[in-house]
Amino acid sequence: MKRVKIAVLLICVFLVSSVVAQQKLVIGFTVSKTGALNVDSLEQYRGFELWRDQTNAAGGIKAGGKSYQIELVNYDDESNSKRVQQLYTRMILQDKADFLFSPYSSSLTATAAVVTEQYGKIMLTSGAAEGKTYTLGNHFLYQMFAPGAEYFKGALDMLKAKDPKATVAFVYEDASFSVSVVNPAKDYAKQIGFNVGFSEAYPPNTTDFSAIIDKVISSKATVLLGGGHYADGSTLARQLEGHKVPLKMITLLVAPDSPQWVELGDAGLGVIVPSQWEPQVAFKAQYGPSGADFAKAYTAKYNTPPSYESAGGYACGLILQRAIEQAGGTDTAKVSAALNATDIVTFYGRTRFATEANQHGLQVGHAMILAQWQKDKTGKLVKQVVWPLAAKSADLKYPIH
Amino acid sequence: MIDGLLVGAVYGLAAMGLSLIWGVMDVINLTHGAMIALGMFGMYLFFTATAANPYVLLLPILAIGLLLGILVYWMAVHWVLGRSQLMSLLSTFSVNMMVIGIGTALWSTSPYNVNFTLKGITVGAYTFTGNHIAAACSALIIALLLELFLYRTRMGRAIRAVADNREAAELMGISSTAVLAIAFGIGIALALGSGALVSTLFPFTILSGAIYQLKSFVVTVLAGLGKPLGALAAGVLLGLLEGAVTPFIAVSWIPLIEFGLFVVVLILFPRGIFGRATA
Repeated sequence: MKRVKIAVLLICVFLVSSVVAQQKLVIGFTVSKTGALNVDSLEQYRGFELWRDQTNAAGGIKAGGKSYQIELVNYDDESNSKRVQQLYTRMILQDKADFLFSPYSSSLTATAAVVTEQYGKIMLTSGAAEGKTYTLGNHFLYQMFAPGAEYFKGALDMLKAKDPKATVAFVYEDASFSVSVVNPAKDYAKQIGFNVGFSEAYPPNTTDFSAIIDKVISSKATVLLGGGHYADGSTLARQLEGHKVPLKMITLLVAPDSPQWVELGDAGLGVIVPSQWEPQVAFKAQYGPSGADFAKAYTAKYNTPPSYESAGGYACGLILQRAIEQAGGTDTAKVSAALNATDIVTFYGRTRFATEANQHGLQVGHAMILAQWQKDKTGKLVKQVVWPLAAKSADLKYPIH
Repeated sequence: MIDGLLVGAVYGLAAMGLSLIWGVMDVINLTHGAMIALGMFGMYLFFTATAANPYVLLLPILAIGLLLGILVYWMAVHWVLGRSQLMSLLSTFSVNMMVIGIGTALWSTSPYNVNFTLKGITVGAYTFTGNHIAAACSALIIALLLELFLYRTRMGRAIRAVADNREAAELMGISSTAVLAIAFGIGIALALGSGALVSTLFPFTILSGAIYQLKSFVVTVLAGLGKPLGALAAGVLLGLLEGAVTPFIAVSWIPLIEFGLFVVVLILFPRGIFGRATA
């Protein structure tokens, strides 16, 4: 009888200790399940989700002798910054989120950052490239995307090599992200000798680009750079094709990276997108899965190839996971210190955060690439890496037609 | 300018529905934007299901609009006619919120497209898309048919009679209730029709009707109340204005100019620029 009692006691101790060791880690974020940012935001969310599923299946995040099962708490922000403000407060106070991921887009992230900083919570940002937010003296904000100023630099360098006499037009969404990309790009274009023939911002949610397209034609621009997000970028590309604008090169932000771009057919052909990641570029991962494994698992789960928003979402989780492991737990100060010290290559490329007070958390390790939609041998639209030359999977098609 | 003219015809068609209801029953129909959005989704659903020519699909959409309009009339308008205008504003606004709510639940607020392209016409460096030309022609045809209906048919004359003097029309044996229901139905059908045409030009969400509702107010005020063909002309004028000013200013300034014009017309021509001549 005594032996039975001891056995029962041991089992109880084992069960209690395993429950204690197996803890819950709550990560909160909002998703634009509705509204103009829906397409890109959903892709980012899938990246978070796949990371959670794979990590939990492998036993969770192991740190300080404990194992943390990840629980994602998320709400629909309706692509609306007012909702973001309410929901990030709710996730911190009511849902007791340990860490936060950002919403999709620079403007929504800037709003969320005010809340997370106020409560001293770490937020890793993905899908938020505007650099200004990181120059405001934030302490717990960490950016996964290369900053906005990098987006068009490669495209202009590539154009300089191909057609130094091109006339450039900038047509872009009047939103914080696109403005943060275009302003430095305009200066850079002039600096390397291009004639900027036309530049105009259009209001977010614009659906009729006829007037702007007429101005582009009048300016005799041969190259167009601009866009903003999926809804406006895809509409702009459709209407450029509809009006048969004789452009030799079109580079648009964000939208052409989505697998949905193939639905545009001929309007999508030849369009270039500055990308944070493409499956063709293989980095030797020091931590986490390889690019090929990530792309395979993603495609198997969602029946569509990953975009760079999806890769950014997954990498966000991966970098937080490594920081928690290095910190030996979830203490904010220790995890923050581990993130400050991060300098690592994953399938997504290199990640390193600035630690200077005037730009704390800004991404300074990650480099961008350029991808162009081209037809493969069967006539199907596929995305090919065309820049930098060392990483190219196909030659640039210039001019488009 | 030409693009502005083509889109202006669609603005005009959208405003004709608002103008007709306003003129006939003195009701400012705040379901107008939601009905335009329903027209967009109607076209999307029919086109996705049948892949038929969108301009043929306009016919069932107009018919559905007529029936829906009569239903909305009985549901939300009939009971508040003759009472304070605030009542009809609140009542139609409630229907607007219901439509937007149901639409958001069904289709979210994500953008949709009707993937249909007609070959355009190229003049020098500029190409005018076939969709714009076809939408403008369809708007003109519908507007002319409406004018013929109002002036050449018994029901059309009855609608105009009720608009002029409801009591006198009833004394002549016209059932004003039936006439008002049909007039409201026609107004909603025009809203759905214009939405369906817009969907062949631009992407849309369930909230997209709001901007066309605002433009319809500008156009209706420009034209003067209750003048459907004037509304079409004013719509074309508004489109031309957009086309004429955009080469010189950033497109972000267009709403300011449009609503500036709205205020100026209200002050200088309170009966509308076409209303003045016929007053």
